[in-house]
Amino acid sequence: MDLSLGPEYEAFRDATTEFLLSSKEKWSGSGLPMRDPLRLAWQKLLIDQGYAARTIPARYGGYGAEPDILKSRLISEAFAQTGAPPPFANQGVSMLVPTLLEKGSEEQKQAWVGKTLRGETIWCQGYSEPGAGSDLASLRTSAALDGDEYVINGQKIWTSTAAQADMIFCLVRTDPDAPKHHGISYMIFAMDTPGIEVRPLIDMTGSPNFNEVFFTDVRVPLDCVVGEPGQGWAVANATLKHERGMLGDPNAAKTRLLAIVELMKSETLDGERIIDNPVFRDRLVKLQAEVYAMQANGMRVMTASLKGDSAGMAGLVIKLQGCELNHQLAGLAIDVMGELGLLYGETPRIRDRGSWQWRYMYDLGLIIGGGTAQIQKNIIAERGLGMPREPKPQVTA
Amino acid sequence: MGFALSDDQRLLQETIAGFLSNNVTLDDVRKAAGGDNSVSDRIGDGLTELGLPALLVPKEYGGLGLGLVEAAVLQETLGSAVSPAGFTGAALASIGIAGAASEELKTELLPAIASGAARFAIALSERSGARDNAGIKVEGGRLTGTALFVLDAARATHILVADSEGVLHVLTVDENGVGRTVLSTIDGTRDYAEYRFDNAPATPLTGENQPGMAADRMLAAALILIAADTLGAAQHMLDAAVDYAGEREQFGRPIAQFQAVKHMCAEMAAKLEPCRALVWHAAYAFDSDDPEGPIMACLAKAHLAETGTFVARTATEVHGGMGFTDLLGLHFWFKRIGANRQLFGGPEKTRAEAARLQGWTA
Repeated sequence: MDLSLGPEYEAFRDATTEFLLSSKEKWSGSGLPMRDPLRLAWQKLLIDQGYAARTIPARYGGYGAEPDILKSRLISEAFAQTGAPPPFANQGVSMLVPTLLEKGSEEQKQAWVGKTLRGETIWCQGYSEPGAGSDLASLRTSAALDGDEYVINGQKIWTSTAAQADMIFCLVRTDPDAPKHHGISYMIFAMDTPGIEVRPLIDMTGSPNFNEVFFTDVRVPLDCVVGEPGQGWAVANATLKHERGMLGDPNAAKTRLLAIVELMKSETLDGERIIDNPVFRDRLVKLQAEVYAMQANGMRVMTASLKGDSAGMAGLVIKLQGCELNHQLAGLAIDVMGELGLLYGETPRIRDRGSWQWRYMYDLGLIIGGGTAQIQKNIIAERGLGMPREPKPQVTA
Repeated sequence: MGFALSDDQRLLQETIAGFLSNNVTLDDVRKAAGGDNSVSDRIGDGLTELGLPALLVPKEYGGLGLGLVEAAVLQETLGSAVSPAGFTGAALASIGIAGAASEELKTELLPAIASGAARFAIALSERSGARDNAGIKVEGGRLTGTALFVLDAARATHILVADSEGVLHVLTVDENGVGRTVLSTIDGTRDYAEYRFDNAPATPLTGENQPGMAADRMLAAALILIAADTLGAAQHMLDAAVDYAGEREQFGRPIAQFQAVKHMCAEMAAKLEPCRALVWHAAYAFDSDDPEGPIMACLAKAHLAETGTFVARTATEVHGGMGFTDLLGLHFWFKRIGANRQLFGGPEKTRAEAARLQGWTA
């Protein structure tokens, strides 16, 4: 056990921090629209310097470095520490690009990876359907062969960024007669194809963070399939693996904890600082212990990856525990504000633009999305503890 | 950089785990809990032969010179077996004496700890918080007062006492003015005692620059070791619950197939697994003199107290009525976890201490 970085990595960390701080005038972040030229320029600079798309081959528009998980970790810590706008982590970058690199054709990689990394192409994900959530493989959106085209009909839901997206990566049923996991294909096509309608889905935060997408006789070419027709489930699982890694980042929890400490020092009740109230303090330290546990667990998972080992149970619990912890941290922040924590929208006395209130609600969405907490528990029990699956119900005639 | 056990650390853990699985049966635990001291004597002698008391004694004094990471990993194994004998006394005495004793006393005591010739009872409970106004006063170099919840007293030859100022003192158990009362607790797998000192002569450890530092370092180590003990005991209970759920059939199938049962097990695993990294990290911080070390010791102790309580209760429920019986013996783990929760301060107490150490107090 050795948590010191050693000279090579210390130098790398310092160089990263120095670069980010010295390019402050080029920082352009989340306040701007996705396609703002300043944001695209910042992203391009990060790729050129190897702080974004670091391990993606240069021939596809990445930086082309050897994978080094520790360097990736130091980069993300440097962004968090300096406050520099981080590289794009949208669904195209985090999910489509790794999937194409693993399963896509050479033409597909050439066509889409670079543009996606640079933020020139925005993607949305068409997986869930009204009748296919946790049981995703029961999806019914169909793609029927008609000459040299597929004709798509059906509906997707929980599609974030569908309104802004140029392209969609989508699961559709190409073989209605095959067993449910085998008749699915993974397709990529343009969102301006005739027959696609996007309707915003307002969630409990009050914002259209998601959409419904309707397909009516949408005609797409045969080469929009990634991998082979009927292999979509395996292709998608390569992507879901990347999504579960995205959620529940322990560094995000640490940043939140520090923000709550500051909040507890500035908010008062009957003239007394909240941090001086032993009941609130106890809740804070209770969550601090969990944050430290998840951070140490993250180091353990990273060490396993560095050695090419499976992180086992330590990896399986991250999504469930990390999302729950973030939700509880937001809940504490709201209780610290008390009645002031009710405020939402444009209103006097609101703290931090209502971001804790927003997070408390949005984090509940994250607990449900990307594999619900209950599905996570099944995974932990079955893959981690070796417990048996629930038997399929007997079909009686 | 790496945050994992080394091959040596794993080997050490496997060696002790192997010894315990051959030498600590449920029957042995039951006998020990029933008051049969021959069991803990036999296991204690075996652990001494394996070198456990020498673990934290510096090499120059005849010890193994290992750190708290190794100690915590072994304590986890002892907790997993609810072993009626351990090395808490030797480990904490090594830290206290190495930190505060004169060179002469170190030369006398540390090799004796390493060999198992000197066995220390640890009277440190009042450093974390005094119940019933217990505490030790020093007058004219002699100790007067009461120390509660003294650990490892049954086989002790010596006592290491923290007085109310945090200064450590050493005396032998047969010194004039020393009285011992055995305390009967829920946890039969360990011995707990109360010592009364009535003008008892003792040797103060005066080798530290700032009195209380060695006692506080002992306390931080105690918190981490108790947390590690709970980690091992809770992991055992979870494993037992998963095994039992796989065997027990109701409604024509193993209860492990029911999501209600699976989710109980998954929740235990999800809460417990990150605790392993937390205990390692706290022990690593202790060994590397990280300024956050004392905070992390408190966080680890409090968090394992909460998680251990959850696992102890939930694993018992997975066992259904059997979990409640004496026959199955699961209650020895339940009670050890319950005792660990309170020792050296319950979770509210240790969290308050963590807050104080970070300056979060009025």
